Amino acid sequence: MLTTFRIRRFNPETSPSMPYFQEYQLNMDRADTVLDALMHIRDTLDESLTLRCSCRGAICGSCGMRINGHAALACKTKVQAMVSERGVVQVEPMNNMPVIKDLVTDMAGFWDKVRQVQPWLQPAGPEPEGEYLASSESMNHLTGVMGCIMCGACVSDCAALEVDERFVGPAALAKAYRFVADPRDGAGRSRLLALNEPGGMWDCTRCMECIEVCPKGVGPMDRIMSLRSRGIQANVASTCGSRHAEVFADLIYQKGRLDEPMLAARTFGLRNLSRLLSLLPMIFRAFVRGKVPKSGPLHRAIPGMEKIRRLFQRMEERL
Amino acid sequence: MTTSYEYDVLVMGAGLAGMRAALAAHEAGARVAIMTKVHPVRSHSNAAQGGINAAMMDRGDDWEEHAFETVKGSDYLADQDAVEILAQEAGREILTLEHMGVIFNRNEEGRLGTRRFGGQKRARTFFVSDFTGQAMLHVLFEQLMKARVPVFEEWFVTSLVKDTDGRCAGLIGFEIRTGQFALVKAKAVIIASGGLGRVFEPSTNALICTGDGMAIAYRAGAPLMDMEMVQYHPTTLKEKGLLITEAARGESAYLLNCDGERFMKRYAPNMMELASRDVVSRAEQTEINEGRGVDGCVLLDCRHLGRRLIHERLRQISEEVHSFAGIDLTKEPIPIQPGMHYQMGGIKTDVDGRCWDVHGAWAGVPGLFAAGETACLSLHGGNRLGANSLLDTVVFGRRAGRCAADYAREVPTPHVPDSTVGMEQQAISALLSRHANRDSIAAIRQEMGVAMHSHLGVFRDQEGMMTAKGTLEALRDRYSRVSVQDKGRVFNTSLIRALELGFMLDCAETIVYSALLRRESRGAHFRTDYLHRDDVEWLKHILLYRQPDGSSRVEYLPVRLTRWEPKVRIY
Repeated sequence: MLTTFRIRRFNPETSPSMPYFQEYQLNMDRADTVLDALMHIRDTLDESLTLRCSCRGAICGSCGMRINGHAALACKTKVQAMVSERGVVQVEPMNNMPVIKDLVTDMAGFWDKVRQVQPWLQPAGPEPEGEYLASSESMNHLTGVMGCIMCGACVSDCAALEVDERFVGPAALAKAYRFVADPRDGAGRSRLLALNEPGGMWDCTRCMECIEVCPKGVGPMDRIMSLRSRGIQANVASTCGSRHAEVFADLIYQKGRLDEPMLAARTFGLRNLSRLLSLLPMIFRAFVRGKVPKSGPLHRAIPGMEKIRRLFQRMEERL
Repeated sequence: MTTSYEYDVLVMGAGLAGMRAALAAHEAGARVAIMTKVHPVRSHSNAAQGGINAAMMDRGDDWEEHAFETVKGSDYLADQDAVEILAQEAGREILTLEHMGVIFNRNEEGRLGTRRFGGQKRARTFFVSDFTGQAMLHVLFEQLMKARVPVFEEWFVTSLVKDTDGRCAGLIGFEIRTGQFALVKAKAVIIASGGLGRVFEPSTNALICTGDGMAIAYRAGAPLMDMEMVQYHPTTLKEKGLLITEAARGESAYLLNCDGERFMKRYAPNMMELASRDVVSRAEQTEINEGRGVDGCVLLDCRHLGRRLIHERLRQISEEVHSFAGIDLTKEPIPIQPGMHYQMGGIKTDVDGRCWDVHGAWAGVPGLFAAGETACLSLHGGNRLGANSLLDTVVFGRRAGRCAADYAREVPTPHVPDSTVGMEQQAISALLSRHANRDSIAAIRQEMGVAMHSHLGVFRDQEGMMTAKGTLEALRDRYSRVSVQDKGRVFNTSLIRALELGFMLDCAETIVYSALLRRESRGAHFRTDYLHRDDVEWLKHILLYRQPDGSSRVEYLPVRLTRWEPKVRIY
């Protein structure tokens, strides 16, 4: 099939150095990947097209880029699955990191954030004579997150990072989880305390993009949620994020529904008047758009609360 | 303008061997740095799937058995003193890796579990699902971050530098991102830059495996040994040549021909699918050549293994086969063929990674070390056993790092004139300023790969290899005139591919040259015009030294036998 590749190019050495799109037309086979196409362009049409690639088998993590607007590994993405009705595939460098040239991004910041979580095993005591004893389940469970190849796809498409570059990000947090959940690691509590700080595990907005784009099924956001519940269980100091989760659950337990004014008041604390007042414009906008319920801002418990409480009970038994 | 750095030990390459060497040198107190053309976790060690061998004496295994099977697998070309060290130090190294944080699969008792691998009777392969290499690579990088070993990340090495006495003095390279050249001085250099897979097309190897380290050492005067010994892996995916781990057969997958017959029973009645790799690859190619294949392939059947086992132990290949071939391996057999996989030969070293000759003196470049696939001890001889390469990288990476640190303590800082960098830059500028012609780097690279695969693959003969030799000569000539289209300094991958092609042509020539010399069949080197192994004439290594005019000088080195006399090899 004749396919047009619309590739975002950028060369800092030309002047003026502005990114632009360049189109290449190729005849593609059903089995061809986007990487096959890019290598073909580089080998036969334009040697200067610049990208990172190595293993061709989705294990080295070099060829992360945005294909039709979402981060992916070019070597794992079939052209056929991406081509539009008009026969076009759009290829751009990853987001949330500076572009060096064409499809090559600067991942130094990415690695700085990974380093920030002290990503190495910190054993509790002296090393045993033989191997550490640990159950097969506890270790097998970790191979899922060890599958991460640090390609940067989750960071590229992270919605929180787009507005707050201090956020440590999904890849580093998934890596942190790998140690917090490792039965051999003894630094779990201090790791959770560090992740409890601003920029840490509570800054994820749960948009799920990282789960969507991860080429290895690591599920970074799920790992972040596990970190949060481990943080609460370990009684690390409460933050807005953890109080939000706890108050949310408590309100449901009390009333069977979400009581938003109460949620805000208890999350931020009644004494934090300035933070509460800062919500007023948002409340006003919500009112104008008809998002404030007609029954008024205060909620009563819904009928059949005993059923809700039984659900809570059952859940607690399971934990 | 150029910058200059100075270390005790400088490592080229950040795969398993390179990182293990750097950590060992760091622990021994040396100032160490790594130069690597890709970020450490992008290294090709990632691709090792199945596992790492170790005979753990405390669980009833026997290192001598592991050593013997390695020697037998090598078709008796391995140096037995090196193999003994490998087998003896394996268990300790597995525990070190586990303590560093590698998440090995465990058994019901919570201890490390094993699986079976080819050429070995016992299950002694430790593993992390089917991405053992990746799991180890990421953990070693964690340790590297912890130790704060400096890494020249995405730096391309162009040559090895010697001081006025001919002593190793460091590496010259450029930062890919800026094009900035630098001389990185060091008293000792450890080359651990991996294999040369892309010399062949297709190959299981990543695109970065272009024999850089071997060529750089060879150009600097170090000998390359056993270059004719190129392993073809029995199970690579049709067309693109992606690797399907031997662990599939270790977990008892079958090989079938077009009649649905488990044909290995005719070639290796005892070990069947788990005979050594050269034996299985030849059996497959014979089936295909004699018309019992399926579209140029045979079939790997995993259907009877069950979903649960596949999910726990073969997850990566199950995904790989699904995304790259559209096959559900629980429902259909996989079409596979033998594919170029590993270079047993390489820079000749002793058991501490030193590029020493037989007389215990530096051969070529004092202060030069090598480890991993780049090196040749020889551990793997004519054929490497599966799951011995990961072991090789950590055991001999560690030994090389340690020894280089000790060596660096005793030698003075080398003196190198600054003009050295300027000369290197000029050579690159000359390459960049060539006029365009109709030829391209990609075309030369492709033709080289196809010629090597056609004539130096599973079966070889004089005529075919002479054809390959002629092709290489023509390609060498074209290479001297080809131009680089991208003239920029920033991330010029066009230039890098041109330089890599130069390295690959050097490697290809040594492979063909050694293969023509060895007039027998041994291990992976199987000649249809010399069908048998000849222990009287050829129980020896072939060493090639580069001459100033580009040709090779040959030396032979007898194989070191300790306890196992060569015997007929039956699986």
